[in-house]
Amino acid sequence: MEIVVLLKQVPSTESLVTIAEDGATIKTEDVNWIISPYDEFAVEEALRIREAVGGSVTILSVGPDKATEAIRTALAMGADKGVLVNDPAAVECDGLGTARILAAALKQMPYDLVIAGQRAVDDENFQVGPAVAEFLDIPCITLVIKEEMGDGVIRCHRTMEGGTAVLEAPLPMLFTTQRGLNEPRYASLPGVMKAKRKPLENKTLADIGLAAADFSQPLVRVTALKPPPQRSGGRMIEADDAQTKAAELVKLLHEEAKVI
Amino acid sequence: MAQTVLAIAEQAAGAFRKVAYETISTGRKLAAELGGSLTALVLGSGVQEIAGQLAEYGAERILVADDGALAEYTTEAYCQVCAAAIADLAPAVVLMGASSQGKDLAARLSARLNAALATDCVALKWQEGALQATRPIYGGKILAEVTLAGQPQMATIRPHTFEAGRASVQGTVEKIDLAVTPDRVKFIEKRMESGKVDITEADIVVSGGRGMGGDDYTVIEALAEQLGAAVGASRSAVDEGWRPFSDQVGQTGKVVSPNLYVACGISGAIQHLAGMSSSKVIVAVNKDPDAPIFARCDYGIVGDLFEVVPHITEAVRKLKAG
Repeated sequence: MEIVVLLKQVPSTESLVTIAEDGATIKTEDVNWIISPYDEFAVEEALRIREAVGGSVTILSVGPDKATEAIRTALAMGADKGVLVNDPAAVECDGLGTARILAAALKQMPYDLVIAGQRAVDDENFQVGPAVAEFLDIPCITLVIKEEMGDGVIRCHRTMEGGTAVLEAPLPMLFTTQRGLNEPRYASLPGVMKAKRKPLENKTLADIGLAAADFSQPLVRVTALKPPPQRSGGRMIEADDAQTKAAELVKLLHEEAKVI
Repeated sequence: MAQTVLAIAEQAAGAFRKVAYETISTGRKLAAELGGSLTALVLGSGVQEIAGQLAEYGAERILVADDGALAEYTTEAYCQVCAAAIADLAPAVVLMGASSQGKDLAARLSARLNAALATDCVALKWQEGALQATRPIYGGKILAEVTLAGQPQMATIRPHTFEAGRASVQGTVEKIDLAVTPDRVKFIEKRMESGKVDITEADIVVSGGRGMGGDDYTVIEALAEQLGAAVGASRSAVDEGWRPFSDQVGQTGKVVSPNLYVACGISGAIQHLAGMSSSKVIVAVNKDPDAPIFARCDYGIVGDLFEVVPHITEAVRKLKAG
């Protein structure tokens, strides 16, 4: 089974993200970078499938030099090799542009199964996985919380509002992860040592048959970033006992906030 | 040039989701801004009867794709129908709800049409010939203003954020003739948790965090029941195995925007705040007066949740009893 995991390096979810002077990008100096959590589930699931049925796991990412760290972490977890599409023209991409790059890279490698995070926790697009599947003309199931590999097919449990749907797709296919799918392993020290010697290939857009000029006009352009509206600060409800506080709160929710 | 807004109205088991009305209502606003008309599209099986309800929210023309093959949502079958309708209408804007279905469908459709897509928008306007969207990124720590290009321009709207304003019009319902190609993905079955309101769809959410100290959520559930609310949880509570993943509010869980969010025993980690800060009113109950949640709430009570919450439940019960 040839498994490819689509991975993105993002600021950690514990990071305080602040807007840079230009008003359209974020400050990156103090950011701690990690594998996007949903992509980490994808790496773990790929490793588990490989452990069960054999094969290899390739990590594929689009990003700058720094993204190498995230790929190395996935290799230290146990993935076999990495490919980074690293091209200045890819930096300003929107979700569709990224998907087009990933699909072009995938067309140059064998794959039976592609696993991606449901979304990256920076852009929050929820677009790249399904779009890659469309460009490759393979089926895609998103938000998978459980999968069962069969003979040439995979059964996926997809989360939806108020429950799950069980769906089955023929291979090759792509699925995206949902929290609950697994508990990702930590990279062991021997794993980290081994990862240093595992193959990690850098590719440019030209290497995967794409022209940089095709990515100069994204369809979605960020014009400004702004902080979310701040609350004026909590009004603390003071009283001698819990019962009085609770009664005052409910009165305020009913009469002032009018939400109950 | 025809300036149509196409609003795809999501239904489940023969009833429109609330976000479907929000989508129609938002579509009507955008159609007015671009000086065009609004067309609604409903997909499903046996949905012809309910389609007319969309006229109450301003849909003048309602297209219905009614086919056994559309009884359950599968991406490619739905995508095929939408792509055909879009080819026919050439809309300037395509809208749908940012539900698990809408986000999945919009993503695939955008790739098929090579169309710009803004996901999970909290504000939308048509200005200077383009769709301008506001959408939370970094789990809501930042809002991005984005401008879309090309045709059509697509957006999914965050549930519970746009108003579903009534605007009764005379709607015409038209059935679309179609031959749906069987999807490569086969629907096997659906497992629904009966009677459970999803936290993303609830008007009120009551959440418990690390302060719960264990998996006994009785006090939270009692308040939720009294308020008609859904029960949520923080990541640490889910990590401890006290609550299911589907209940998790936060950057790596679900983003909720209820009218009222009650955070009990939740300190207010950035991760969690990202998932609930767009709630209209936030109440926090926590033992620690220095908990960061108190800087982000509208009303705060310092105290032991196991003591305070049952009193809130009782006060709500009295209020409801009139």
